Amino acid sequence: MDRPIRVVVAKPGLDGHDRGAKVVARALRDAGMEVIYTGLRQTPEQIVETAIQEDADCVAMSILSGAHNHLFPKVVNLLKERGADDILVVGGGVIPEDDIPRLIEAGIAGIFTPGTPTSVTIDFIKNNIKRK
Amino acid sequence: MDIKAGLLNSDKRAAARLISMIENGEPEAVQIIKECYNMTGHARIIGITGPPGVGKSTVTDKLAKQLRKEGKHVGIVAVDPTSPFTGGAILGDRVRMADLNADPGVFIRSMGTRGALGGLSKAVHGAVKVLDIFGMDYIFIETVGVGQSEIDIVKLADTVIMVMIPGLGDDIQAIKAGIMEIGDIFAVNKSDRDDAERTAAEIEAMLDFNRNEEYRPPVLNIIARDNKGIEKLLELIEKHWEYENKSGSYRHKKLNRLRTEIMDIFRDEVMRTLYGISENTNIINELAQKVMDKQMDPYSAADRLMDEFTNNQRQN
Repeated sequence: MDRPIRVVVAKPGLDGHDRGAKVVARALRDAGMEVIYTGLRQTPEQIVETAIQEDADCVAMSILSGAHNHLFPKVVNLLKERGADDILVVGGGVIPEDDIPRLIEAGIAGIFTPGTPTSVTIDFIKNNIKRK
Repeated sequence: MDIKAGLLNSDKRAAARLISMIENGEPEAVQIIKECYNMTGHARIIGITGPPGVGKSTVTDKLAKQLRKEGKHVGIVAVDPTSPFTGGAILGDRVRMADLNADPGVFIRSMGTRGALGGLSKAVHGAVKVLDIFGMDYIFIETVGVGQSEIDIVKLADTVIMVMIPGLGDDIQAIKAGIMEIGDIFAVNKSDRDDAERTAAEIEAMLDFNRNEEYRPPVLNIIARDNKGIEKLLELIEKHWEYENKSGSYRHKKLNRLRTEIMDIFRDEVMRTLYGISENTNIINELAQKVMDKQMDPYSAADRLMDEFTNNQRQN
């Protein structure tokens, strides 16, 4: 069906750098998606609540503080608890290579580190959202 | 997921999904609304409108928080513009409402205009019904930043708050027709700036020309960021509501609104049928070619299309 993909772009944790998140948000918009931007310093609970109220297809998070190992899986688990694990979760930011396998295992579908062309993220979301 | 059962069972996911289905024009959504329509009419619907950057989201956020203190359940539908070129949108109103996210008594939904021009999205009507059925006491509709003619909010809201700020333009802007005529309450936000009093006075002066003798929209200076004037603003909303009910204006307006809504739904149906005909029969291209060759004028071509439409309706 022809409907815009809805993506929540969120900044969990305490770092105040949202330039990356905003660049991704604009790129997703230009790819025809509806981007719900949440602003800085969101808790996993807030992000999950937003994703549910907005009926999002995807939650895209950006972290530069190093708290990804804790916060990304927390969002995945909370979504599961709410019966909303059909929402695709992806992450980006400064994330060491070594951490990526564990994050994937925890249910984050894709990790996009600095230098990833936005087109890669866009295609990944388009190809992996779970709803028709 | 059983959407209807979920909606009646206060499941936020079901309500959220139903709103998406309405946005995407799924017939099943209309069916659910039909079945639950008798449950609408509980919520008070407040429109928040005004030019871009005046603080509509912040005003909405503060009003919602105040109502939450009183134990009311609050729904918010926040509309932002969809790009006419890509169909994409950045819906950013939640940034100003960040700490309402975690409040279980609040439901916020962001919407893109998806091509609608009146400052709202077509699906807002439906979204408001869903939140009403869901049990919200107050529903705020925040329009896109408006210019001078995006006034669709009056088709929906019981009370329209026009948010302005000091220094938006000289008084001639204020007497232009359009948005200045739809405010039930004027809130001059960011009133810690210079000229706040003057802006309020200019609005007052414009209201001297008001056609309604009984109700004069109040003008209030507020500073939403600092929560200044928010309680007073809520009082004015209540006062307006009392006036509307006592004077019978509410009944009158509500009937008008419903008339418009029925006509809008009907027009959409007609348009859908027309698009169906033109897609299936190539008639539009043939007519355009005839007009191009001067074998026909566009008015007669439209008459032909009308014939086709009536025939189509008869067959169904």
